[in-house]
Amino acid sequence: MALDLNMSQFHDIFFEESIENLEVMEANLLSLDIARPEPEVINTVFRAAHSIKGGAGTFGFSDIADFTHVVETCFDEVREQKRALTRLMVDAVLESVDCLRYMIAQSKSGQDIDKDKVAGIRQKLIALPAATQSEATQQPTPSWHIYFHPHDYFLKTGNDPYRLFRELAELGEMQISGQLDRLPPLQGMDPELCYLSWHIQFSADVARGDIEEMFEWVDEDCELHIELGGERRQHADRRAGGRTGGRRADDMQLPTSAASGGQLPGQESNSIRVNTEKVDNLVNLVGELVITVSMLSRFASTNRRPVDREKLKQSVEQLERNTRDLQEQTLNIRMLPIDFVFQRLPRLVHDLSRSLGKQVELKLSGNATEIDKTVLEKIGDPLVHLIRNALDHGIETPAEREAAGKEKVGVIALESYHEGGNIVVQIRDDGAGIDPEAIRRKAIEKDLINVSDELTESQIHNLIFLPGFSTANEISGVSGRGVGADVVRSNIVELGGNVKVASQKGIGTTFSLYLPLTLAIMDGQLIRVGEDIFVISLLSIIESTQIDSSLVSAVAGKYEVYRYRDGYIPVIRLHEVFGVQGANTALDDGLLVIMDAGRRIGLLVDDILGQQQVVIKSLRTNFRQIESLAGATILGDGTVAMIIDLPGLLEFWLAENESANTPSAAAEIST
Amino acid sequence: MTETPKPTRILLVDDSASMREMVSFTLKAAHYEVHESMDGVDALAFAQDNDVALVVTDINMPNMDGITLIKELRQLSNYRFTPILTLTTESADDKKQQGKAAGATGWIVKPFDPDTLLKTIRRVL
Amino acid sequence: MTEISPTDMLSAEQQAGTSQFLTFKLGAEEYGIDILKVQEIRSWEPVTTIPNTPDYVLGVVNLRGTIVPVMDLRRRFQLEQAEFHTTTVIIVVKIENEGHLRTVGMVADAVSEVYNVVGDAISETPDIGGAINVEFIRGLTTIDEKMIILLEIDALVNAGLLAELPSSP
Repeated sequence: MALDLNMSQFHDIFFEESIENLEVMEANLLSLDIARPEPEVINTVFRAAHSIKGGAGTFGFSDIADFTHVVETCFDEVREQKRALTRLMVDAVLESVDCLRYMIAQSKSGQDIDKDKVAGIRQKLIALPAATQSEATQQPTPSWHIYFHPHDYFLKTGNDPYRLFRELAELGEMQISGQLDRLPPLQGMDPELCYLSWHIQFSADVARGDIEEMFEWVDEDCELHIELGGERRQHADRRAGGRTGGRRADDMQLPTSAASGGQLPGQESNSIRVNTEKVDNLVNLVGELVITVSMLSRFASTNRRPVDREKLKQSVEQLERNTRDLQEQTLNIRMLPIDFVFQRLPRLVHDLSRSLGKQVELKLSGNATEIDKTVLEKIGDPLVHLIRNALDHGIETPAEREAAGKEKVGVIALESYHEGGNIVVQIRDDGAGIDPEAIRRKAIEKDLINVSDELTESQIHNLIFLPGFSTANEISGVSGRGVGADVVRSNIVELGGNVKVASQKGIGTTFSLYLPLTLAIMDGQLIRVGEDIFVISLLSIIESTQIDSSLVSAVAGKYEVYRYRDGYIPVIRLHEVFGVQGANTALDDGLLVIMDAGRRIGLLVDDILGQQQVVIKSLRTNFRQIESLAGATILGDGTVAMIIDLPGLLEFWLAENESANTPSAAAEIST
Repeated sequence: MTETPKPTRILLVDDSASMREMVSFTLKAAHYEVHESMDGVDALAFAQDNDVALVVTDINMPNMDGITLIKELRQLSNYRFTPILTLTTESADDKKQQGKAAGATGWIVKPFDPDTLLKTIRRVL
Repeated sequence: MTEISPTDMLSAEQQAGTSQFLTFKLGAEEYGIDILKVQEIRSWEPVTTIPNTPDYVLGVVNLRGTIVPVMDLRRRFQLEQAEFHTTTVIIVVKIENEGHLRTVGMVADAVSEVYNVVGDAISETPDIGGAINVEFIRGLTTIDEKMIILLEIDALVNAGLLAELPSSP
């Protein structure tokens, strides 16, 4: 009669849940103050382990369940103060978290788990020196005193005191004495009400939590006091650091509801899981709607009958408003707090600084800044690389720092915030900084610049982004791995973003990542070059101006710069770069759109048209990526317009100019 | 008389077929008799005509949700003291309390392994 | 804008071992492509040029919300240029590229016929030199004393349009 129960359908949910729980464990472990662990944090770690174990057991991953059991036990003992928390233990449990991630990954892909590897880590956990365990084992079986006073309606909840006692009895020895004083005379008694209360002397090697769990369901239906006998005060005093009384300390021991969800306090969010594909479809659909609306809007403005036109216009305006709201909301679904990436980093810093023998404090801020999921997914690796780099090459050893008159503990600060239409993520360290001379030598060695090239310090710093340039003298195993700053840069640029570096020798280095808020849509400014219409990012525009050709001068007989405020900016003639026929070539007849493309540039265009939100469509879907273009979009009249990618355009223009004999590529790369 | 004792009957209410099967499978394996209902309406109809030793119900269900079902059951004279457990998720603290307020005996936290399920059920039988 | 569905042009008879080819004209020459690759045929419409692409990539059009590149076969085959006029068509094909189906338009002077061609009737391609690489040609066949060049459309589009070519013409 056994039912064929296909449990595999639940597996994905279990894996997802477990991975989340592991993240919770990791974050909480890293936030633990070893000397004074907060009970809530210990509890949260315990509960996360507990739910992984439960799930693993349910779905038949017995090796995961067994392994997690060891972790759970370990923290349960800490929770019950049977052993003290040690650095060694936290490290071992962190290692176990990794091991569990591995086990889950293997199980998910249906691959075998390396049993020796698992056994090794398991052994490490079991063999942890039990700091206060000897103390605990010497102690006699704890004796609890429980006072249980059910409210009179107690029986109507379907609960029964007898069943509770039966359960308690399974855990240890107990003596029960009933309080009959509230029992009314027989004739006045309502047999459906409960008049009794009980004092229970209970000897069992259990934790308070175990007893509380027994009464979990009736928590609100009774008065309940649980007190530990002889050792109570001693424990309590130790817990509270001797400052407060036992009662207070007991309160701290109660599991809080914030921790019970297996989440970090304050992290409980009203979130739902949504399949990304569904969201993408929705985003596309809304994009289509936007196009339809703008077509309709065009029709409305050209319709000949005035009465109809007014009505149509009104309804179109309404539709436009609604559509914009809908679009905003829809795009919002894709936005996630950058904390999803940030939360990986404390662990990285923790592990790396230990293996490098450095002392580092990681400061995170702006964790709640929201960013498109796709962008978020793609900045993980670059961020990890930059953090590794800061730890490996930036932050000095404690001895070096002391010698330099700095605090022994280095600081890596990670911050994210909105700036213009971008999200900026800044990685700042107070380490040794970039040595311009060393970079210069290296660049000459690698033939990236000529000995005679005169570069500003900022230009030299930016050399590290050139392909093949690696700042480390030797591959250190930390930031080595064949990934250089050039890969970080190209990853970010691919997202439509940009990277800047600023550094001062001996003071520190700051990397700033400029990232688009979303990849799906942008506020566009339409511009005309000849007969062609292009879209540029409205948010990158500083200003547009009629050109005073007397402020334009030619450099090296080839490219032009325009005197703008207190400096010179390159003039990019779009008709030249894009080979557009029939465009204005006289500077005085055109307009210069001054933009921030990581550095200031001026775009020479024929005309500036309207502004509109555009849905970015990739050219790669049916064609391929074109350098200098971010994609294409469909305008209100159904025609296609190209969207210009500013950093790409600048790079392309620089490359074109390089072939037209400018000194060197490096000289052009500057912030 | 050699008739075996009548097995304890449990009324299981959940709109999710997979959940129902999983719980039911576990309970049957432990020799309980299980009657499955897909929603509150169905469950209430069954409860009115039959005696059960325990009701295990999901909270979110179409037609009649678990909270309403519990309230309705408690109105029936032979269900005033019957243990009723809700199936709830660990984080849904308010659901547990809502269930309790409606008259539930306790709750079973999803997800659970068969052992935990049986252990919890034995607490009230 | 007229659209001709390929099914309208299907011949009633379909025999095993027989493939159907849509033929189109480029100047005096007639080319054929496997009809199963053809998604639709559209009349000529202006395209939006893509900067910094080879000259035979005319640009892109909006195909019901999808951005579709359009390739000029005359330019691709280095034939003499022709004006675009009323019979000029964009043949939209679906081809496989790096595991994805891509939709691409090809400009031809005019579509002519749909022919059933038996496998035996396709002869090997002599190296005719010029711009048309042999690997872009499936073979030659003769119908009504006309020679038809049967194109290997996947190869042509893959190597001729989607592959990373030097960006300046």
